[in-house]
Amino acid sequence: MKVGVVTFPGSLDDVDAQRAVRIGGNEAVALWHGDADLKGVDAVILPGGFSYGDYLRCGAISRFAPVMTEVIARAQQGMPVLGICYGFQILCESHLLPGALIRNDHRKFVCRDQLLRIENNRTPWTSAYDQDQEIRIVLKNGEGGFVADAGTLERIEGEGQVVARYLEMNPNGSLNDIAGVTNDRGNVVGLMPHPEHAVEELTGSGLDGVGFFASLVEKTFA
Amino acid sequence: MPKPEILDPQGKAVLGALPRLGFTGVSDVRQGKRFEIEIAEVNDAVLAEVRQMAETLLSNPVIENYTVSVEQ
Repeated sequence: MKVGVVTFPGSLDDVDAQRAVRIGGNEAVALWHGDADLKGVDAVILPGGFSYGDYLRCGAISRFAPVMTEVIARAQQGMPVLGICYGFQILCESHLLPGALIRNDHRKFVCRDQLLRIENNRTPWTSAYDQDQEIRIVLKNGEGGFVADAGTLERIEGEGQVVARYLEMNPNGSLNDIAGVTNDRGNVVGLMPHPEHAVEELTGSGLDGVGFFASLVEKTFA
Repeated sequence: MPKPEILDPQGKAVLGALPRLGFTGVSDVRQGKRFEIEIAEVNDAVLAEVRQMAETLLSNPVIENYTVSVEQ
């Protein structure tokens, strides 16, 4: 599969994400925020970073980048989209995902190897994992607190839209320890921790992140 | 402004700093944003457009409320 990775001004995990895509067994295609052209990709990753200085709100300005018009339209038709960290923030600002991400409740940047539980392995990004599999990948954010109103929270919990949940500790004040969510269709996933940094033994905390990039190969179009 | 039910870490930080400066008796602080938008002529159509700006870009209606007021 061809997996596009969008570079925004200020993206810093785009090259890592491209590498993870290749390690996962797919072809990585570099996409540019200013081009409303997805170059025929089958899926898109919005990587981590701090675009537009995080002015206004994280992701609020990137959400209107020319490439996002195409990403939003295709996501609504069912194309798999994964937003990691800043990408998650963009997907919430685009209203492709429920809720929003606010400053960590303890107000400090957090960087740690974080244990998660994969609670929904039916998405195109998580199907390589077992249901309730526990993985440890790096988390690094300043504005990673997932919030939503009570009704939305109840709905996404009830519909199984929580993709990943923090274990051992809540690193940023996310409601219900939510680390990642999906849309009601299940093709768009947002995740605050970084699986692209856990795909090689040489760097990172292990290989627990590979599943996010290998899932597309294994089941989506099988 | 952040909606009442949404945690406001920035407001909490300010709330924590005030007593250290001797300002006591403050029970809560919430921090929002103010945008000053200059427009030559204001009418109902322009105000409607400003509200659209507020809903699409300036605020995130999932977590924030907004008000629009006109100053001459």
